[in-house]
Amino acid sequence: MSAAPVPPLPVSAEAAAATGAGPGNATGTATLAAAPRPVELRLLLKPPPPRSSWRLVLARAGAMCTVELQKLRHDRTELYTRAVQPALWLLIFGETFTRIRAIPTGGIPYLDYLAPGIIAQSAMFIAIFYGIMIIWERDSGVLTKLLVTPTPRAALVTGKAFAAGVKSVIQALVVVVIAALLGVSLTWNPLRLFGVAVVVVLGSAFFSCLSMSIAGIVLTRDRLMGIGQAITMPLFFGSNALYPVDVMPGWLQAVSKANPLSYEVDALRGLLLGIHAHLGLDFGVLAVAATLGVTAASLLLGRLAK
Amino acid sequence: MTTAPAAGDARTEAATAGEPADEPALRCTDLSYSFGATKAVDGLDLEVAQGEVFGLLGPNGAGKTTAIRAITTLLPVPAGKITVFGLDCARKRMQVRRLLGYVPQQLSADSGLTGRENVELFARVFDVPRSERRARVDEALTAVDLTDAAGRLAGTYSGGMVRRLELAQALVSAPRLLILDEPTIGLDPLARAGVWDCIAQVRAGTGMTVLVTTHYMDEADEHCRRVALMHRGRIRAVGAPSELRAELAAQLGADPERVSLEDVFRHHAGAGLAGADRPDEGGDFRDVRRTRSTAARLR
Ligand SMILES: Nc1ncnc2c1ncn2[C@@H]1O[C@H](COP(=O)(O)OP(=O)(O)OP(=O)(O)O)[C@@H](O)[C@H]1O
Ligand SMILES: [Mg+2]
Repeated sequence: MSAAPVPPLPVSAEAAAATGAGPGNATGTATLAAAPRPVELRLLLKPPPPRSSWRLVLARAGAMCTVELQKLRHDRTELYTRAVQPALWLLIFGETFTRIRAIPTGGIPYLDYLAPGIIAQSAMFIAIFYGIMIIWERDSGVLTKLLVTPTPRAALVTGKAFAAGVKSVIQALVVVVIAALLGVSLTWNPLRLFGVAVVVVLGSAFFSCLSMSIAGIVLTRDRLMGIGQAITMPLFFGSNALYPVDVMPGWLQAVSKANPLSYEVDALRGLLLGIHAHLGLDFGVLAVAATLGVTAASLLLGRLAK
Repeated sequence: MTTAPAAGDARTEAATAGEPADEPALRCTDLSYSFGATKAVDGLDLEVAQGEVFGLLGPNGAGKTTAIRAITTLLPVPAGKITVFGLDCARKRMQVRRLLGYVPQQLSADSGLTGRENVELFARVFDVPRSERRARVDEALTAVDLTDAAGRLAGTYSGGMVRRLELAQALVSAPRLLILDEPTIGLDPLARAGVWDCIAQVRAGTGMTVLVTTHYMDEADEHCRRVALMHRGRIRAVGAPSELRAELAAQLGADPERVSLEDVFRHHAGAGLAGADRPDEGGDFRDVRRTRSTAARLR
């Protein structure tokens, strides 16, 4: 079977139809095909020039964000439905506990104290969803195809993490508006608001990477759903989002100290309410957590490709 | 095992300038991959010449998708097993990926984005400069005849349209090797013809190499210059469809006009399926049995 002559390469649809007239194609699919459209391929003849490493990572992050924003533009439902829960927290929990005055907040109304915690919470819920999303993308072939592009895994994960951050910032804006409507006096200083955006992006980058890392370990959507449910509430309650660390029992204080969400909330309180916060420490912890998260998720992403 | 590829035509030579002319578009050497105890690919040897349309055929579970996932760098394989235009898939991952266009077995367009946005994403992740992105995306959409539907969400597309959209996604980066895993699965005859029409046109225009798997033997016979029959992780026969048909006809003493590629497929794969429930049956005896059964069918 090695020396037999081979028919020439068919160079057009007609040629293919002409040379392939064997007994196998009695149905004659080629005759059903419309006459070939004349297509002029100019640009598709040469591959685009490769980018250098750091610009490549930036470009991928940009691409992932663009996709996220495009999806949000086509379907805003998620934006509205995700606004319901924070609104309820502020409206019911916040208003009630403002009246009860059971939680020591250092002199500010409880609703004000709660608002940054709820911003961090809703950002975290969005980010935690990314693990489920990446498994869904794996199952649907979208991720598989992206993994066959010149995109290092770290760049893909960084892109996703940044996209989670951008989506969270949009969500945070919605919560800020709701809080303002409920009479919370937040800062409108653009520099501080920019700081808020950075904090939310870093926090969401960490939580999305945490979730994508777990996705890389458990590999199926059902298991991840269960784990996602099991970790989000402890992360939320084991932080200073609802109450100050001082009123917690010792063991919970320890949990809160190890929980990046606490640092996110602390920074948000400092920036939005102008109360005392450990901004340097908060930014530092969040940046380190995000970096570790990206590293872990990149290492585990390969398991999803298999 | 592999047939020496005939020299490509002038168009192919011109289009592939830049790659070493003597390297095949794809070469797999003794490639194996296991999922736990399942040997999905078991000593695969394959060579695809530059510019040809090559069909990888085989029954369900033969290992076609696994082989393709190894070639597309999705599965980890040792160095020296797979080269694409002479580049080792294990060592030069990024460079290999820049040469590949890939359409996976399942429909994989993002349903929450429009057709255009789906193609744009791939233009972005292949580093198409912003200045030519729009024009390039337009060209890819035109090539697959989706210009009119480009503004609609991909979720509203029919199966045939999604497949053509995926082709546009793969084409926007001007790949040198286009890998299509069952591109016509689940499509009606018109949509199938439409997909093949797109492939043929783009191949004619660019001279790119195409590796395709399909379960439709008539399609393989019509559109592939060479095919390989894969069964249980290995290549059982390789050559031009006409050549394989003639070979089987000669072996059976049948009229070559009456032997179809489907008969060749049955001959190489069907017997294996029948033999699966009698593992003790010797290879030689199985050969005789399947030759008899193929001959009986053709009489
Ligand atoms: N992710 C996986 N985990 C475990 N086993 C797998 C996995 N993927 C494939 N297999 C097994 O490997 C073998 C080859 O599968 P593969 O998908 O490559 O076949 P195929 O030729 O593409 O079949 P089809 O024509 O049905 O697409 C099968 O036995 C399959 O069950
Ligand atoms: Mg398959």
